[in-house]
Amino acid sequence: MELLLDSLFNGVAIGSVLLVAALGLAIVFGLMGVINLAHGELMMLGAYTTYVTQLIFKLPILKPFYNSYIIVSIFLAFIVSGVVGILLEKTIIRKLYGSPLETLLATWGVSLILQQFVRSVPLAYGTGLVISLLIGLFLPTTFPSKIKESINFKYFKFSSWIFAALTGVLTGSVISSSVSKLSRASARNVDVTAPSWMRGQVEIIGTAFPKTRLMIIVITLISVIAITLFLNQSAWGMRIRAVTQNRQMSDCLGISTEKVDIITFGIGSGLAGVAGVAVSLLGSVGPNVGGNYIVGCFMVVVLGGVGNLLGTVLASFGIGIMTDLIGAGRLLSIWPDMPLPLSNTINFFATTSMARVMIFALIVIFLQFKPTGLFPQKGRMVEN
Amino acid sequence: MSLSKIKFDKKIILSFWIILIALIIAAPTLLPVFRLNLLGRYLSLSIVALGVDLIWGYTGLLSLGQGIFFALGGYCAAMYLQITSSSEFPNNIPEFFALYGVEKLPFFWEPFRSPVFTFFAIWIIPALVAGLIGFLVFRNRIKGVYFSILTQASLLVFFNFFNGQQKLINGTNGLKTDVTQLFGQMVGSESMQRLFFWITAFLVIAAWFFAKWVVKGRFGNILIGIRDDEPRVRFTGYNPVIFKTIIFSIAGGLAGISGALYTVQSGIVSPQFMTVPFSIEMVIWVAVGGRGTLLGAILGAVFINYAKSLVSEALPASWMFIQGGLFILVVTALPEGVLGWIQGDGPRNILQRFGLKRKIETYPSLEVNNKEGINE
Repeated sequence: MELLLDSLFNGVAIGSVLLVAALGLAIVFGLMGVINLAHGELMMLGAYTTYVTQLIFKLPILKPFYNSYIIVSIFLAFIVSGVVGILLEKTIIRKLYGSPLETLLATWGVSLILQQFVRSVPLAYGTGLVISLLIGLFLPTTFPSKIKESINFKYFKFSSWIFAALTGVLTGSVISSSVSKLSRASARNVDVTAPSWMRGQVEIIGTAFPKTRLMIIVITLISVIAITLFLNQSAWGMRIRAVTQNRQMSDCLGISTEKVDIITFGIGSGLAGVAGVAVSLLGSVGPNVGGNYIVGCFMVVVLGGVGNLLGTVLASFGIGIMTDLIGAGRLLSIWPDMPLPLSNTINFFATTSMARVMIFALIVIFLQFKPTGLFPQKGRMVEN
Repeated sequence: MSLSKIKFDKKIILSFWIILIALIIAAPTLLPVFRLNLLGRYLSLSIVALGVDLIWGYTGLLSLGQGIFFALGGYCAAMYLQITSSSEFPNNIPEFFALYGVEKLPFFWEPFRSPVFTFFAIWIIPALVAGLIGFLVFRNRIKGVYFSILTQASLLVFFNFFNGQQKLINGTNGLKTDVTQLFGQMVGSESMQRLFFWITAFLVIAAWFFAKWVVKGRFGNILIGIRDDEPRVRFTGYNPVIFKTIIFSIAGGLAGISGALYTVQSGIVSPQFMTVPFSIEMVIWVAVGGRGTLLGAILGAVFINYAKSLVSEALPASWMFIQGGLFILVVTALPEGVLGWIQGDGPRNILQRFGLKRKIETYPSLEVNNKEGINE
């Protein structure tokens, strides 16, 4: 019993990281048919945001609130990755609408640039750049409609970008002068230390669970609930679902698909940022941190099918639990006296990397029976 | 097509061949050994690029897992070389086995004692693996982005497998080939490298003609049909699964040959050949060169890799930016690639912009034929 609980918990812990990372990917893929290969790098940005927030909270002014930095960084990571995602959508992905394979390649290019960016640009100025992007993209939308409709709106836009650039440079230099660790570029991995209330373990029914793992499960739970509520209860959520089901029809009925695309992509990228916070709690943060999770996310999307969050949830927990069962060789401890050839096979696959091999094989076998995932979209269209 | 254009093309093609063959023969004397070796490696990479062009440029299947077949070819060659040069080591098996306490050769090494088997294995094993993966995926009408993701995942699976199995194939360290013997000579020696360069150059040309032959005629037309409108091909009565599986396994075989040539020239095969970035890079060579133009794939592979080594020598950090920018630029601004752009309307558009060429006002192909051929 204890063993089973332990195994289940580990599986759920692995699965919840996968889930929070794959959630954004699945929503974007469902809506736009686009796989964002830069999703892992958006996670990486989220993880770095956690690191930067942590260092900023060590400053004397914010020191009293240090323990709450992880909560703040969840929101900041959402905003940072969301803003970068929106920029990505506005500049590149929109141009490639209707050619998903080209989008795949372009987003890979973006991921390379982002990786090299965190290596060769000091994080302080990176923060400044994100802030200026945030202001430049959102300030014009807050203007009263009178200005928005006037012919001179482009000058207003232009001046707000200048303002944004100035603010960005200013914040960059303020941060770089006050936090010395952020003022130099470095390709080395950095570490996020969890605040004191998150260290240690909790005992439930005689089994000890690390608190960071529980925290990740909580983050995932909140993200899933929030996104479900958003999609099912809000007006924009309804529009997103409409466009996911039938883009042309929604367009005809007066839904601005352009805005829906931006919002969805922004939210999907923002969720990647939240996943980044979770990932930063698990290990050190480096430019390549996203790459470790991204293929798992793809598998979740392939297995779960598009257009249904339940599929994503089931797929990630399924993969998580299977990874733990196979990778830790738990079947052997659950059933100790199994016949020899079987136990040898299980031992052969009982490492993390070999578990991946096995799971992939299982997924391919599964796809032989259900090629469009757990919950395929119903319809009578010919593919394409 | 007007007559004058064909004549013009023939002249260019003939002089192109003469220059090319002269360059290949002269290259070993002109270039220092280091550069010659690099050129040989890049030429061998252009064979895998040809395969990518066949499946992506002609059939519309974006595989992000060509590294699997590339590495399999490399491993086949390396296993043969290791096993033939292992007579002085304990138990007559390659040296690295002793590190892990393995005394008996794993069973799948045995056939690689035979050079004939190896010669065929280099391209047949990757082709079979590709055919199997392809068949399982295509059978269920999995395509587009799903296909790309699945190939990438299988790449990772193979990487994990080869990376983790120290006792079978030396895991993450890979198999070294440069200190092994072939025909009584060291593989890493200068004379052998020169020989490999010529073999590679010859095989690139052979592979090019082979690919040209594949895409010519009805088979090629069906491939293009699948790329442009697969349901329609199916409704016309063809079974796309067979064609896709065949072309995918052809591309796999080409990747295997390429991997073997690359391995003997770089001196090592390791799971690094199966990393995700390397396989996506293969796609970008084709994209930059021009997909659907076989020559573009070859040129793209050679020039981008050459640029990579030059830039990395001068400014190591900037290559990632350049490469990332290249990905974005080529899909947004130059979707047909450089060669496709030259063959299309590209140069004409540039000339027009500077007023050097009259603007076309009717349907382009009519105008071109009238101006250059029929009326004059």
